[in-house]
Amino acid sequence: MSSLSNRKRRAFLLGLAKTACGVSLTALGISLYTRQAKSMPALAIRPPGALPEDEFLSRCVRCGLCVQDCPYDILSLAELGTDVPVGTPYYTARTGPCEMCDDIPCVPACPTGALDHSLTKINQARMGLAVLVDQEECIAFQGLRCEVCFNVCPVQEKAITLEYRHNERSGKHALLIPIVHSEHCTGCGLCEEACVMEEATIKVLPMHLAKGELGKHYRLGWDQKEKAGKSLVKPDGKRAFNLPEGVSYDYENSELTTPASSAPPVNKALETLKRGIKEAK
Amino acid sequence: MSNSISPLMLKRNIITILRTNKWLLLRRFSQFSILGLYLLGSSLGGFWIIKGNLSSSLLLETIPLTEPLLLLQMFAAGITSPLSTTLIGAAIVGGFYLLVGGRVFCSWVCPVNVVTDVANWLRNRLRIKPNSQINRNTRYWLLAMTLVISFSTGLLAYEFINPVSIIHRSLIFGVGFASLMILSIFLFDLLIATRGWCSHLCPMGAFYGLLGKFSPLRVRAEQREQCQKGCNDCFQVCPEPQVITPALRGADKGNNPTILSGNCTNCGRCIDVCPENVFQFGLRSSTKTPIIPIEIRRKNS
Repeated sequence: MSSLSNRKRRAFLLGLAKTACGVSLTALGISLYTRQAKSMPALAIRPPGALPEDEFLSRCVRCGLCVQDCPYDILSLAELGTDVPVGTPYYTARTGPCEMCDDIPCVPACPTGALDHSLTKINQARMGLAVLVDQEECIAFQGLRCEVCFNVCPVQEKAITLEYRHNERSGKHALLIPIVHSEHCTGCGLCEEACVMEEATIKVLPMHLAKGELGKHYRLGWDQKEKAGKSLVKPDGKRAFNLPEGVSYDYENSELTTPASSAPPVNKALETLKRGIKEAK
Repeated sequence: MSNSISPLMLKRNIITILRTNKWLLLRRFSQFSILGLYLLGSSLGGFWIIKGNLSSSLLLETIPLTEPLLLLQMFAAGITSPLSTTLIGAAIVGGFYLLVGGRVFCSWVCPVNVVTDVANWLRNRLRIKPNSQINRNTRYWLLAMTLVISFSTGLLAYEFINPVSIIHRSLIFGVGFASLMILSIFLFDLLIATRGWCSHLCPMGAFYGLLGKFSPLRVRAEQREQCQKGCNDCFQVCPEPQVITPALRGADKGNNPTILSGNCTNCGRCIDVCPENVFQFGLRSSTKTPIIPIEIRRKNS
């Protein structure tokens, strides 16, 4: 009798251990898989208003409502077996950039707030950042007129500006160099789509790849001076500048002063040298 | 003897087939028309009857619907302030299944059910007897796991692999490799474990099963006195045969004729197949039926 109940207990405990083991391994497998799967490929861009990736993946239920509400059909839900976490929305700028609708229909469509509903002005979206990744190939750097990226940019003359530079090659023309300003660029990707190159030389990258960051300990002298309203270092002390006779340096006004009644300086280089040798002795 | 069937016979046959498969046909109709409505998109003059997918939808362009288990996972992942749309959507869906039976989701809505039902049918046809024994309670462990991994990763981690949502989504947004997932569930149920996915593993089914513990709409073994013991047709077709026993065979113990287990999917297949019409849909009655001694019952019948 007791051996029967023993056997039953054994079977029960064994079954329990088996299940617990299987489930734990599954949990481990899924957790490791999510770690790997959650890293987005650089050219897949989330819709406007998307929270930072980790937060996004804790809210996005992968329902596709944003996809269905996009009037330009640029969004897709990632299919199984692609690099984007399965079922999450993304677009690829080169083939279909965000058209920057004024009413941003994809954002209010999101039922969970994975797309932040507080985004109401499309110009404030930060889906990524356009970067002129290849200055060797970009034809603007060859001195050719292109400016296509500048012309299609929806945040006109703010997100991309043109900088005039001297064309060293011809010696008489200008280069019109597109410059992206992160302060205004929404990362929509219209410039990447429009780039005339075989492979786009301007690309929208995720913020963390596109932006550099100054070390926290850095202080830029001119910023600090402006904040303090005055120079933060002591004025220069008197130094021995090798100046022509009669000329002195005014520390306060940072300028050279010459005696008012000055005759043109006479070259007494030899005398000065001799005097210097005497003094040294 | 002629092989031709008279029109009258044909009509009778059809009526019999329809009657003995009533709930099965209604269920298939429900499953396919729900999928159809999602697939319809905006083709009705730009109006969406339903958009999204089973994870979250918008019904008639106004009513939000959200899978309640996803809301729980969101909480576990550390979202403390979900949007009101999420909460309302989950409350509507949760409330609906609380009323009609949690696992009505499984047998009347979920597309995976069609796959596993076909696998089950074929397995019976080919007389395949898988020898894997999975504990039916494994699903509750997996349900707990979905919450634990949401907590530990801070993401809706189960959604990275959830075959149910992946399959439904793929049917609407493009199948691709998800077809292989459908195939693996089919083969798993056909060759590896009888009713393996839906009745043993699926954490969504487990969740809805818990919800269904409180549902008023239930299958009742109303005419259980009529049951010809040994026929076992109902046990053969039931995806969760263990739920029938207490109601059908429990008269002696004073058990309620209502099938009380939340794991009953309210599929109604037992109602279809029972030659004695023992089962019917009805409301849960909490009152225990008085124990009638067997001798008296025999006299009465």
